[in-house]
Amino acid sequence: MNEVSFVVNGREVSGEVEGRTLLSEFLRENLRLTGTHVGCDTSQCGACVVHVDGNAVKSCTMFALEAEGSNVLTIEGMANEDGSLGVIQQAFQDHHGLQCGFCTPGMVMSASALISENPDPSEMEIRDYLEGNICRCTGYHNIVKAIQAAAEATRTQAA
Amino acid sequence: MYNFDFERPSSLADAIVALAQEDSQALAGGQTLIPTLKNRLANPAKLVSLMAIDDLQGVAVGDGVVCVKAATTHVAAAAGAAGSFPALAELAGNIGDPAVRNRGTVGGSLANNDPSACYPAAALATGATIVTNLREISADEFFTGMFGTALGDGEIITEVRFPVPDAANYQKFEQPASRFALVGVFVARFGDRARVAVTGASEDGVFRWVEAESALFGNFTKASLDGLELSPEGLIGDIHGSAEYRAHLTKIMAGRAVAAC
Ligand SMILES: Cc1cc2nc3c(=O)[nH]c(=O)nc-3n(C[C@H](O)[C@H](O)[C@H](O)COP(=O)(O)OP(=O)(O)OC[C@H]3O[C@@H](n4cnc5c(N)ncnc54)[C@H](O)[C@@H]3O)c2cc1C
Ligand code: FES
Ligand code: FES
Repeated sequence: MNEVSFVVNGREVSGEVEGRTLLSEFLRENLRLTGTHVGCDTSQCGACVVHVDGNAVKSCTMFALEAEGSNVLTIEGMANEDGSLGVIQQAFQDHHGLQCGFCTPGMVMSASALISENPDPSEMEIRDYLEGNICRCTGYHNIVKAIQAAAEATRTQAA
Repeated sequence: MYNFDFERPSSLADAIVALAQEDSQALAGGQTLIPTLKNRLANPAKLVSLMAIDDLQGVAVGDGVVCVKAATTHVAAAAGAAGSFPALAELAGNIGDPAVRNRGTVGGSLANNDPSACYPAAALATGATIVTNLREISADEFFTGMFGTALGDGEIITEVRFPVPDAANYQKFEQPASRFALVGVFVARFGDRARVAVTGASEDGVFRWVEAESALFGNFTKASLDGLELSPEGLIGDIHGSAEYRAHLTKIMAGRAVAAC
């Protein structure tokens, strides 16, 4: 067993893990942060996307020990401080960007990474960025609309 | 997945020592190796992560060469090469999806030599030099068939030097489910000579299409390829496309790459 420690959603965490413990497993099973979903466990679906030091990664395709000393952001860290929905989450609700909701944590985390890289993404750029996020319900259209609206709201907030 | 010991050295020297131990294996971005481990297709006693080694990170440009350190992610390579070698930057920026590009590395891609991977085509078409902790290997010698390379046990790629061509373009016909290349063609022109490397198509992995190179010699136009046919013999045929289809696609992608140069 190895000791791992890093910051998740602003909070210092640590725990004992095996070499093979995936970041997704550590988040869900040790930290009980079950908002990060595991859809495929084969690096395909993107339900498990979290940010590590600001970069979107598939947490099912990274070992917990690789996150040592880093800053991890999960879907649980996306709400506002008062517990209300964050800008992107609210946009998903307003635009009906989810149905079953299974893909949504990964979609929101990818959207958030996109908006920080590119504050005014075109529809094509959004679709391109979601290449690794699979949704079996919505047909993507409302997800794209939600992200466009979230990007606009973020720009307005910043202005 | 079988369990293993894990080490994350911060110096190349420590990594080399750790990798000299029996059954230890390098871990870069893990975008190939972790799925492989999950399938129990590998059973290393120890994984040695290369990602905390500063000397293996970054892109340096100079003297007509773009040098990408082995553990540079696809995202960082795309950013680093954008000004000096746009075709390479575009290739790196279109691998998989953003989350894969944030982890996957050039060294991992070349060491793995997946028959449908993108980077091997760039390395072969530019005549890149693959530098390891022991020696320098030319791309023409490096790739030795599907998933095969000239690397020895415990040998680590440290950097890849890509000569910058006078003109270059990579055309990837995506396999939409995996996002790898169903067929990808990298064309690089140096003076009146062209090198054409094809990925995704052959049972032997990446290869140079020498007939196309000869046809383009001194007459670098799409029309020069018109009379050529690539034989489907030895090409990959699977549920995504027959060998004949891949042969056809190779010619089309090569033509598009030349036209885009
Ligand atoms: C969904 C998905 C889509 C993808 N799409 C594409 C695509 O379109 N095009 C494409 O080219 N690739 C694609 N890939 C593969 C991706 O680019 C991988 O990142 C790459 O093939 C392996 O790099 P890595 O750094 O992740 O290596 P790892 O998975 O960590 O390692 C792969 C192998 O290389 C060895 N290794 C790693 N670094 C070194 C080194 N410096 N020296 C010696 N040996 C080393 C390891 O021991 C292992 O055997 C995709 C992957 C996924 C999951
Ligand atoms: S669970 Fe990680 S990509 Fe599907
Ligand atoms: S809302 Fe059901 S998978 Fe996307």
